[in-house]
Amino acid sequence: MINLFNYIDRPSPIHRLTGACKLVCLIAWSLAAMTSFYTPLLIAMTAASLELFRIARLKVKDISFMLGIMSAYILLNNLLIFLFSPEHGVGIYGSRTVLFSLLGPYVVTAEQLFYHLNVILKNACTIPIVLLFVCTTNPSEFAASLNRIGVSYRISYAVALALRYIPDIQREYRDISLAQQARGVEMSKKASLVKRLKAASTILIPLILSSMERIETISNAMELRGFGKESRRSWYSGRKFTSMDIACMVGCLVLMAVSLLITWRSGRYFNPFAG
Amino acid sequence: MKKFSVKTIVAIGIGAALFFVLGRFVAIPSPVPNTSISVQYGLLAFLSVVYGPIAGALVGFIGHTLIDFSYGWGVWWSWVIASAVFGLLMGLGAKLLKMNETEMGKKGLIKFNIVQLVCHVICWGAVAPVLDILIYNEPLDKLFAQGLVAGVSNAVTTAIVGSLLCVAYAATKTKAGSLTKE
Repeated sequence: MINLFNYIDRPSPIHRLTGACKLVCLIAWSLAAMTSFYTPLLIAMTAASLELFRIARLKVKDISFMLGIMSAYILLNNLLIFLFSPEHGVGIYGSRTVLFSLLGPYVVTAEQLFYHLNVILKNACTIPIVLLFVCTTNPSEFAASLNRIGVSYRISYAVALALRYIPDIQREYRDISLAQQARGVEMSKKASLVKRLKAASTILIPLILSSMERIETISNAMELRGFGKESRRSWYSGRKFTSMDIACMVGCLVLMAVSLLITWRSGRYFNPFAG
Repeated sequence: MKKFSVKTIVAIGIGAALFFVLGRFVAIPSPVPNTSISVQYGLLAFLSVVYGPIAGALVGFIGHTLIDFSYGWGVWWSWVIASAVFGLLMGLGAKLLKMNETEMGKKGLIKFNIVQLVCHVICWGAVAPVLDILIYNEPLDKLFAQGLVAGVSNAVTTAIVGSLLCVAYAATKTKAGSLTKE
């Protein structure tokens, strides 16, 4: 089975943190990055996230595939922003410094480039943290961590079930797909889009109907074992917080507070053009 | 808060796993970047009708978050929330129109498709772009173009896949009053 969530087991300080702590840090960090357009903060966060990556002892080759997808994604996103609205930065920063002009309405301004820099930084400071979380958190600890940060254990258990059954459903999907192909259903690039959609549904119907039966079986089994009778439950892979965990969480929450404070006190945008 | 039944919890878990597998491995690329034609929304619409709004919302939320995690490109909260809202609205719509998943005749299918169309318009035409503006402040036209492509393609796949699923599921269930006295 391929390792979907790319959990890489290596001894490092980041791996030793509990899943719940990392989840809190991830949420605080991404909130800080999402709300802020304050460039110095974003640069600092990007640098910090790269440093954390080094501490976690992850190597570039572990994540080269994801890095490829991400860079293509960021590139396309920025291209699209420029195509649709080449003057977006001018509107935000309230000045217009023309650098050079391209075709027709497409003029490259310093403000636009600066806006693009901010968008890229916003992505660049969150993506390594998400990768870090995915690569250093054991999936089976994830549900326990959700429960720990206050999500009801019933919902956490639904997440645990999802993680548990993804490989099963994947295998079943592949089996059904091969069976249908053996019966002559064409679903490669050779078929037209509509044909491929139809072919997809010849897999979906058996897959989903068998999953509905699975739902019945599992819920009966859980009910027989008395699931949901108590107001709380224990987790096999749950761990207690250490002082390091608490320090990390406090750090990330402070970061979030600082980011929100900057946004609230001095406006959303850091404007170097207003000099 | 009302406690979930065990069945709803399992449905959320398995539903999210299905959503994940479909979204991750069956995505068909569309001409607009970052947006792919996703068959999983047909499934989400169907599950919301069968298991109700809360299950729908959570299947969308958990499934979409897991997809984003597994790609490792950062969780796109605005679109994750839009998926959750879609499941929620779809379930509410089904309740409102008293849709019965065991009897999906012509009338039921028309109801299903009207509801799913309205829900897609709300989610990809309003919820996702508005959240994107709040978070990333990207140009309006770009967001609405992305939303439009996502919405239209999702609505089309939901119409095809979702309707097929409803019919197939209804056929496996015994209808009320199907016994006749001899």
